[in-house]
Amino acid sequence: MERPLTQNIDLERGPLSLKDYEKVGGYASMHKALKQMTPQQITKLVTDSNLKGRGGAGFNTGLKWSFVPMGDNVPQPKYLIVNADEMEPGTFKDRLLLEGDPHQMIEGMIVASYAIQASVSYIFLRWAYKEAADILRKAIAECYEAGYLGKNILNTGFNLDMILHTGVGRYICGEETALINALEGKRAIPRAKPPFPQVSGLYGKPTIVNNVETLCNVPHIINKGADWFKSLSKGEDGGTKIYGVSGRVKNPGAWELPMGTTLREILEGYAGGMQEGYQFKGLLPGGASTDFLTPDHLDVKMDFKTVATVGSRLGTGTMVVLDDRTCPVGFVHNLQTFFARESCGWCTPCREGLPWVEKILLSMERGEGRKEDIDLLEKHCEWLGPGNTFCALAPGAVEPLQSALKYFKEDFEEHITQHKCPWHNGWQS
Amino acid sequence: MLTAEEIKMIDHEISLVPYRKAAGIEALKIVQQNRGWVSDETLHEVAEYMGMSDEELDSIATFYNLIFRKPVGRHVVLICDSISCYVMGCNQLYENIRKVLNIKYGETTTDKKFTLLPNACLGCCDRAPALMVDGNLYRDVKEEMLEKIFQKYE
Amino acid sequence: MAKLNIDNITYEVTEGKNLLETCLSLKLDLPYFCWHPAMGSVGACRQCAVKIFKDENDTHGKLVMSCMESVKDGLRISISNNGAKVFREEVIEWLMTNHPHDCPVCDEGGSCHLQDMTVMTGHDYRRYRFKKRTYRNQYLGPFIHHEMNRCIQCYRCVRYYRDYAGGDDLNVFGAHNHVYFGRAEDGVLQSAFSGNLVEVCPTGVFTDKTLKQHYTRKWDLTSAPSVCMNCSLGCNIMGGERYGELRLITNRYHPEVNGYFICDRGRFGYEYVNHENRVYQPLIRNRVSEAVSITELTEHVKKLLTSSGKIIGIGSSRASVESNYALQKITGKENFFKGFTDTETNLLDYLLQLMHSGKFDLPSQKQIEQSDAIIIIGEDLTNSAPMLALAVRQALFKTAVQKDVRSTIPVWHDSAVRNLVQEDKGYLCVLNTYREELSELADEKYYASPKAITEMVKKIIALLKGETIQTNDTQNREETLANNIVQQLRNAKNPVVITGTSCYSLSLIRAAADLAATLKNEKQKGGISFVVPECNSIGLAMMQASSVQSLIDDAQPVSDNATLVVLENDLYRRFAHQKLETFFKKFKEIIVLDSLHNQTTQQATVLIPAATFAEANGTVINHEGRAQAFYKILVNRPPQIRASWHWLGDLISVKTIELEKQMKSHLSVLYQLVSDLPQFSGVEKLVANALSEVNGHLHIPMEPHRYSGRTAILANITVHEPKPVRDEESIFSTTMEGERQLPPSPLTPFYWWPGWNSEQALNHYQREVGGLLQSETGDIKLLNGKFVQSNIEPVAVTKQEQQEDADGLWLYPRYHLFGSDEFSVYTGGIAELSPKAYVCVNTNEAAKQNWKDKETIELNISERKFQFEVKIEDDVADGIAFVPYGIKETYGIEYPVRLK
Ligand SMILES: Cc1cc2nc3c(=O)[nH]c(=O)nc-3n(C[C@H](O)[C@H](O)[C@H](O)COP(=O)(O)O)c2cc1C
Ligand code: SF4
Ligand code: FES
Repeated sequence: MERPLTQNIDLERGPLSLKDYEKVGGYASMHKALKQMTPQQITKLVTDSNLKGRGGAGFNTGLKWSFVPMGDNVPQPKYLIVNADEMEPGTFKDRLLLEGDPHQMIEGMIVASYAIQASVSYIFLRWAYKEAADILRKAIAECYEAGYLGKNILNTGFNLDMILHTGVGRYICGEETALINALEGKRAIPRAKPPFPQVSGLYGKPTIVNNVETLCNVPHIINKGADWFKSLSKGEDGGTKIYGVSGRVKNPGAWELPMGTTLREILEGYAGGMQEGYQFKGLLPGGASTDFLTPDHLDVKMDFKTVATVGSRLGTGTMVVLDDRTCPVGFVHNLQTFFARESCGWCTPCREGLPWVEKILLSMERGEGRKEDIDLLEKHCEWLGPGNTFCALAPGAVEPLQSALKYFKEDFEEHITQHKCPWHNGWQS
Repeated sequence: MLTAEEIKMIDHEISLVPYRKAAGIEALKIVQQNRGWVSDETLHEVAEYMGMSDEELDSIATFYNLIFRKPVGRHVVLICDSISCYVMGCNQLYENIRKVLNIKYGETTTDKKFTLLPNACLGCCDRAPALMVDGNLYRDVKEEMLEKIFQKYE
Repeated sequence: MAKLNIDNITYEVTEGKNLLETCLSLKLDLPYFCWHPAMGSVGACRQCAVKIFKDENDTHGKLVMSCMESVKDGLRISISNNGAKVFREEVIEWLMTNHPHDCPVCDEGGSCHLQDMTVMTGHDYRRYRFKKRTYRNQYLGPFIHHEMNRCIQCYRCVRYYRDYAGGDDLNVFGAHNHVYFGRAEDGVLQSAFSGNLVEVCPTGVFTDKTLKQHYTRKWDLTSAPSVCMNCSLGCNIMGGERYGELRLITNRYHPEVNGYFICDRGRFGYEYVNHENRVYQPLIRNRVSEAVSITELTEHVKKLLTSSGKIIGIGSSRASVESNYALQKITGKENFFKGFTDTETNLLDYLLQLMHSGKFDLPSQKQIEQSDAIIIIGEDLTNSAPMLALAVRQALFKTAVQKDVRSTIPVWHDSAVRNLVQEDKGYLCVLNTYREELSELADEKYYASPKAITEMVKKIIALLKGETIQTNDTQNREETLANNIVQQLRNAKNPVVITGTSCYSLSLIRAAADLAATLKNEKQKGGISFVVPECNSIGLAMMQASSVQSLIDDAQPVSDNATLVVLENDLYRRFAHQKLETFFKKFKEIIVLDSLHNQTTQQATVLIPAATFAEANGTVINHEGRAQAFYKILVNRPPQIRASWHWLGDLISVKTIELEKQMKSHLSVLYQLVSDLPQFSGVEKLVANALSEVNGHLHIPMEPHRYSGRTAILANITVHEPKPVRDEESIFSTTMEGERQLPPSPLTPFYWWPGWNSEQALNHYQREVGGLLQSETGDIKLLNGKFVQSNIEPVAVTKQEQQEDADGLWLYPRYHLFGSDEFSVYTGGIAELSPKAYVCVNTNEAAKQNWKDKETIELNISERKFQFEVKIEDDVADGIAFVPYGIKETYGIEYPVRLK
């Protein structure tokens, strides 16, 4: 099985230096792209490879690039930003790529920047990833030294600067337009789309924001082609995917597997199944803002399309497992506490709705829930749906809630009828 | 007064952006790094240097989690309270830390050594529960590890 | 045009316009919060949700925010769709989870947009059962009360205060459901336009503190349309009264003048109307019983005038056109004098000539907002004509938007537009004697003496005309500056010059006008805007009389038995006090008409209580030559408080009985006026049209519909209301009874529409949101260059210009938003924020004079000693010292003064 993304990663050893990375074929795609390909060819190739954004929304990456205005009479400079703000609870895949093989991502960034003719690129890194920051800083310096960044790269006349920016904490900074505001030194409030960043992004200039994992795929696609990339996958979407599992499983972790590997294979094969004494009750397939899947869904292929057909989303592909000894209401309450706290405070439904949801769930946990609360929760899932709120935070927030209400309704009802949380002896703290 | 060193670092950040104000957050990060937190006075100094009003800068400062506008101890202890850590027992971890440090969330130990704060997912869900003290991440934290972890800090 | 289908009805509307705005223009009830007609859309509150359908067969539709959509041909939407309705109702329920239940004690109650929207969405039962979040309120100064718990986080306040008005001391703090709108710490809001927060805030977070001191619900206010008298711009306002007290001033929308906003001096500076210093009683001095009745007084004065020798009248730039005219009618043209100093008279007469010349456009505030390059010459707009400063700010922003339009981003999309524009802005050049607020936005600024500024302007003109100027090295800085300015002005399509009388320099105004004339050519549409000192300065200037100065300066007696009539003018403000003492002695009788006691009224042998703007009908002419009518707000006042023209009209029988009759009503005064003074032709139409509009109808009610909550007048004494007062002449009725349709636009006393109790009802008074009013504004621009019957005489400018050339240290006044205006300082808060007596110079000059910062010095001006605290400032021109204009301590300085 090919594992292009993680082939060079050995956490014990640490990341490869630029020299070592080149020894194993690194930066070949940069040479090829800059010297032999036009930006349009690259964009087309990436579009054809059917690489879908790994930040959660799953939009075709090449297609996204193609919306960037090209030519001489377009606003300058253009920007490429890699979204390394990984803060989705339960998600830890980008960290692996950042700490394990920084040059792979930088190479992807250079090629992507060339494809959209960006002259400035940013790595928007989550503050908590201190180790990654050090590693990236070093790698960027190596690139400048080698002439892979800066002016006139490889004598092609292409210029690119790369700046590492570390955030100051807020989940919403991961939303691409909020991220842009944060980079501009503003409050990280999302921006209304349209206009999309491709047209008016950072400082009002054309901008592409891509996830870390997305860009890590780019060098391999350039090197080996679209067909090869598609052939890596077991499903419709191209490539491999880094899947992760956390919770009460025997062997939590992250693995690069063909896109479309089944849930069972990941959960039972790679994660080793449940720990002794714990039963599998459900899981969030792709981070905190995806709908629950249950034991009924174990044979679902983990790709964007298939997961969607069973009412959830692939999201980030990092799963959080709910076991039978954890209260599902408490579990969802924990998620809603997070989302309510991380709401940016801009739009009404999210700012006011999520804290209300959180308070209802807490009251259930305390045995103070009321019959009508379930209806209110269900209504909120509807009201906070896509399009109703300003950005996708709130719709994401209610996904686990709406599916918990679907799959674990009796658990919610028991909280109310028993006037207590069946899992706790009265709720503390 | 901003120190010469702070000004040098802030100036560098300013040189990377198209207009001064855009480096506001960076400037706050720099002074916080130096001073532990951002007092009203510090905020005012930075704002003045950035050509911003106090309101403008504080509006940004108060938006983010990790710009501290209240004094913190010499070390900030962040407990991940997000979902994977919740499943893996972060509430219990919190109880245990409360016993060791004798403080609740948002409080600082009387010797001004530690401030305890809850924090969103630290991105090591496969090694939950997790804890971060200043920049250092601790994974798979067990009760018996706590004494030793905290001992490392002066 | 586009076809827009709303709930199965097709409307013809403009393509590309905002959907919410379009619905509101169609007068449909669609709730909103974060959108504001002057500020566009940001899509935050989610209140304006509607359903959009793909086609007829789409029954499900998609929920969208109408404020974030453009109108496209064939668009199908539904407002009444149940899903959309439920969502809108829920938005209110969410907002109510934290909004307190304090409507009964909230100042906004009864005119609250949040209340209106709550009723409109049908939300009536709250399911939220948890604790509400609470906040600490801030002290924001004497004008604005802060009550943060009521906040619904629509972000309008910060968007208005920061983005629109350029203030930097109000912002939003925090995140998630803990966002706080306020200052970094307690303190006075610094923006000159902070008062608009009261109207911009859809609920009771920011409310009017002056109203709070004599609180009245909107439904209990008796209101009338008026014009602000606190500077020369003539912003439109509405005043509300109760119990004979003026209690509230709010904005009255005028599409060309002030739009949606007014400044703080205009909004809060009305308390003088209620002040204890008012002249309430006609007085005949030096008698046992000085207080007299109206008839006694008229009889006395008539006799006195008949037996009098020469009757000298002094007009006023803060009195209405009618009152000045009525005085002139009594004294005759030859004995009517302008109550200006010589210098002011020269300046204003010259301005009038310029405005009349037709050489350039005289842009309105709205037109200034459209300018793509602005050069301000010798004016500190924020303090001398505040709303012009706001217009300049809009122009700078709009130009930046124009520069960077990307067809995909509609202009109503405020946040997208601002993200695109970033820190970019249009061109502004400030040439002034000192650094002021707008300088901050200026690309080029130059602080110099009026003389040097004049030279600079001349250089610019020469360069524009392609002449090369001789360079000598010392002038290099000036050369470069002039070159830069010229480059920018040349590229502009719609450049505007703003200047005025603040520098007291004819040469400066002449140069500015030449510049504007040069900028008006085939490629450019140059305009000029002149700032003048008072609300009717232009009106008085148009009277074509001489200045009273020579009379005051001249020690010769006037004639035996002479009488002086002073109309609403405290001569002590402008003229040297020593001279005035001698001057007054020349008259046997001194008749003074004024509304507040002052040093001049103390000289009166006969003192006549004049109505303020709030108690009178009248006309004033603003800085652009626009005549506007104002109407009586306080109808139920003691009869002796009458407009000066009314008093004077009664006295005219001295001339002929016939005339007295003709001067009885407001309209008859106006007809008489235009027949005598054709340069005013047209002003009569304001009132005549208004009258004919309502002719045959009932009167226009000054109070909104009465609902159960309405408090009976004097309810504390009896629930039976007293019989309403009827003003026979008035087109208004003081009650809610009367014509129920929308009044003609210039006669709008308040904004109200079923379901719309807040000022947002304004949408219904406009043809299109943000556009024209339902009917013509009615006002007329008198000085449009087209007016043929002009007999305004050319002014001799040379004498004054020669004077200006002298070197030495010159004393000039500096204007203050709060303090420089004669009447607004009677509002406690304005007095509090007024400057102390200072003299301001730069370091250079201070050294020369041997003055130290903050020390108190004494200056001898016109044989009088003045004390000032020294204030040393950078960016003040050499050779100039400033003292604050119009405060008591600087009364009687005849600017400019050459200090020894
Ligand atoms: C609330 C919220 C948080 C997000 N956080 C992240 C994140 O941490 N990392 C990320 O790559 N994308 C995140 N996204 C998705 C981004 O907005 C954006 O779609 C993505 O970075 C695009 O990259 P891709 O096309 O390569 O997937 C988030 C979206 C939302 C609505
Ligand atoms: S849904 Fe609204 S409040 Fe929530 S994060 Fe997005 S914009 Fe902010
Ligand atoms: S008015 Fe449309 S979202 Fe606020």
